Amino acid sequence: MTSLSSAPGRAPAGTRTGPARRGSARGPSGRQGAAGWLFVSPTLLVLGLFLVIPVVMAAWVSVSDWTGRGSPFASGVSYVGAKNYAALLTGGGLATKDFGTSLRNNAYYVLLVVPLQTALALFLAVIVNRRLLRGRGAFRTAYYFPSVTSSVAITVLWLFLFSTSGVVNGVLAWFGVHGPNWFADPDGVLHLVLGSLGVDTAPAGLADHGLLGISWWDWLAGPSVAMSAFILMAVFTTSGTFMLLFLAALQNVSGEVEEAAVMDGTSGWQRFRFVTLPMLRPTVFTVVTLGLIGTWQVFDQIYTGTQGGPAKTTLTPAYLSYNTAFNNQQWGQGAAIAFLLFAIIVVVTALQRLATRDRAVPRRRRFRLADGTLAADAAGPGVQEGGRR
Amino acid sequence: MNRRTTRRRTIAALAGAAGILALTACSGGSGFSDSTSTAQATSTGGGSLRVLIGSSGDAETAAVKSAVADWAGTSGTDATVSVASDLNQELSQGFASGQPADVFYVSADAFQGYASNGSLLAYGDQLKAKDDFYPTLVDQFTYDGKLYCAPKDFSTLALIINTDDWSKAGLTDADVPTTWDQLTTVAKKLTTDGRKGLAFSGEYARVGAFMAQAGGTMTNDDGTQATVNSPENVAGLTYVRGLLNSGDAAYAATLGTGWGGEAFGTNKAAMTVEGNWITGAMTSDYPDVKYKVVPLPAGSGGKGTLQFTNCWGIAADSKNQGAAIALVEHLTSTDQQLAFSKAFGVMPSVQSAADGWKKLYPEMTAFIDSASFAQNTVNAKGASDVITDFNAQLEGLAKGDPQKILDSVQTNLQAVLDQDK
Repeated sequence: MTSLSSAPGRAPAGTRTGPARRGSARGPSGRQGAAGWLFVSPTLLVLGLFLVIPVVMAAWVSVSDWTGRGSPFASGVSYVGAKNYAALLTGGGLATKDFGTSLRNNAYYVLLVVPLQTALALFLAVIVNRRLLRGRGAFRTAYYFPSVTSSVAITVLWLFLFSTSGVVNGVLAWFGVHGPNWFADPDGVLHLVLGSLGVDTAPAGLADHGLLGISWWDWLAGPSVAMSAFILMAVFTTSGTFMLLFLAALQNVSGEVEEAAVMDGTSGWQRFRFVTLPMLRPTVFTVVTLGLIGTWQVFDQIYTGTQGGPAKTTLTPAYLSYNTAFNNQQWGQGAAIAFLLFAIIVVVTALQRLATRDRAVPRRRRFRLADGTLAADAAGPGVQEGGRR
Repeated sequence: MNRRTTRRRTIAALAGAAGILALTACSGGSGFSDSTSTAQATSTGGGSLRVLIGSSGDAETAAVKSAVADWAGTSGTDATVSVASDLNQELSQGFASGQPADVFYVSADAFQGYASNGSLLAYGDQLKAKDDFYPTLVDQFTYDGKLYCAPKDFSTLALIINTDDWSKAGLTDADVPTTWDQLTTVAKKLTTDGRKGLAFSGEYARVGAFMAQAGGTMTNDDGTQATVNSPENVAGLTYVRGLLNSGDAAYAATLGTGWGGEAFGTNKAAMTVEGNWITGAMTSDYPDVKYKVVPLPAGSGGKGTLQFTNCWGIAADSKNQGAAIALVEHLTSTDQQLAFSKAFGVMPSVQSAADGWKKLYPEMTAFIDSASFAQNTVNAKGASDVITDFNAQLEGLAKGDPQKILDSVQTNLQAVLDQDK
């Protein structure tokens, strides 16, 4: 808003009243505007050709009975309404079950990868940001390296590391742990935990009811052992990228702020928690948003690694969409999955934005504290701040 | 505020315009909207042919390239071969764009989809050697009563035995299993610490052979009714379940290997159920392992195995279908198929080449002998998802209930068959 309201100030003289300002703004826009359109036209053209047209086509395919031959806009293709979406959401058949399974798998993937990679990235960034650390450059490069490597290469590496007789199981064997057969083990981690507690069959209430063709008991399976290996891989590969973002933000935290905090007698942890972290807030938002979007779209690892197996526990919506369209030739359903995935990403990102939006918390809290009545209500960390004040 | 909304409106209008443009551009401009291609007249527009194959390796690529080049030399029509890394994807792209390759491999499970949407030319009746193909292979590529696609070659499953392990366990040629009971017995004898008697992949394409031996099928003869949860199939799965739980047999994946051939080659198993492609892997990866090939034992329903095949498709959109048919005629001829066999081990799809193949591979006659009782895999349109789901359930067979597994597959397959009607 500030940039918008300051813009008229720079407008030429004689533009005091509203309508007049608009009129004269249109004047230069005749030639300047044309030049502007000319300059953006290559981008618009490219965007239109590679983004708008394909998206419109896919949207049409998702509500049509296109069979994969010729153009989807040809005369023989007809509109079938929400049939493809219904088959996925309410059909109750195999398509619904597959979609439900893929959502479950990916939800656990997101739930674990996003917090883990954000925390690890922040941790690494703080470490390599230390001025006292020797060879910082080398560490920064090393942590960033997995991000540069192609995901296909990393997947292949992972398949070797996590094979039955692979390095990971070899290391586990030193500690007397008999490692699982990682990429062939479809058992859900939560089911395994419950099983070790003696709950190995589903309670009737959970087994008989469900959502999207999957019983609640199966929703609660947790990521399979195979998916866990992919989760570790995602954390390993992407935390380097996000470390870089955090590092850039950390370099912007000026030394004086830190110094002032030191003068206030804060401990290292307090400085991190109450000084550094709040200043990194926008970066945390960026990292979590990028993480959420990226993890809902996981495809290459599945395509090169497991193709959805074992027992469909690494099936993800993105891979399911590809498989439904190209291998099962259900083009409409494949496109519908893609749009449902898009909707999920938009909703999840919007929710995340809502949850972490920048509230003017400190000011309000100070106000209330001054009020003298609500001091005890001030949540968590605020108590310490308030107490010191 | 005002300015912002106008700007927003402009953007919305632009986006809308772009969308409409896209719609009109694609619906009007495409010259391939004549999707009434069931017309059987073959085009003879001339021009060169493009051949698209999904190759198993350099040997196959080189053999197909040289065969096509030979034909191009004698016929005077240019033809180029390209290798797809993901055949289904590249074929789909071609069909959608209206400019597919002229001649290409088609896998059995993708065949009905392409035939039903009119992408394939039904040229089978124009082949001179049509009656020479194995009848079951012709069945696999017949849609709506017409042969669309000439069978390229085929493979069957057989039992592969490690002969060193065999003799060390005190077994002789007389012990080669011909029944399920005998298979159970030899698997037990061949099992040692760190080695299973038998290993195979936990998927329909292997386990299904045991269902066939029990006399079961996946659908009825005309492919309209699913017969997955028949008592025969339950018997087949129950036998496999017993094998797995006996500890003398295991899925290849549980042994930490990718497929039966790897488990067999690394001697984590003394026997495996695989097709004739295993011979290539044995030669290149495990040249020291000595083995022999015998037909799979008979089950409660007699002899049975599965066969896998693919075919030479010709695009309905091809500009030069006459030449394409001539090329396929050349590629499926007895001599040419034997040349392919020599190069990369496949079994010819024509019966007149069977004797030649046996001479070429005398130690592997079990594969081609199995053709007489081999069953086709399910290839109904949309069935590949059902099979994927079946495979997922088969992975848990050792702890699962065969009847329950087959019941769910029955429901899924029937739904697909009803949709295809």
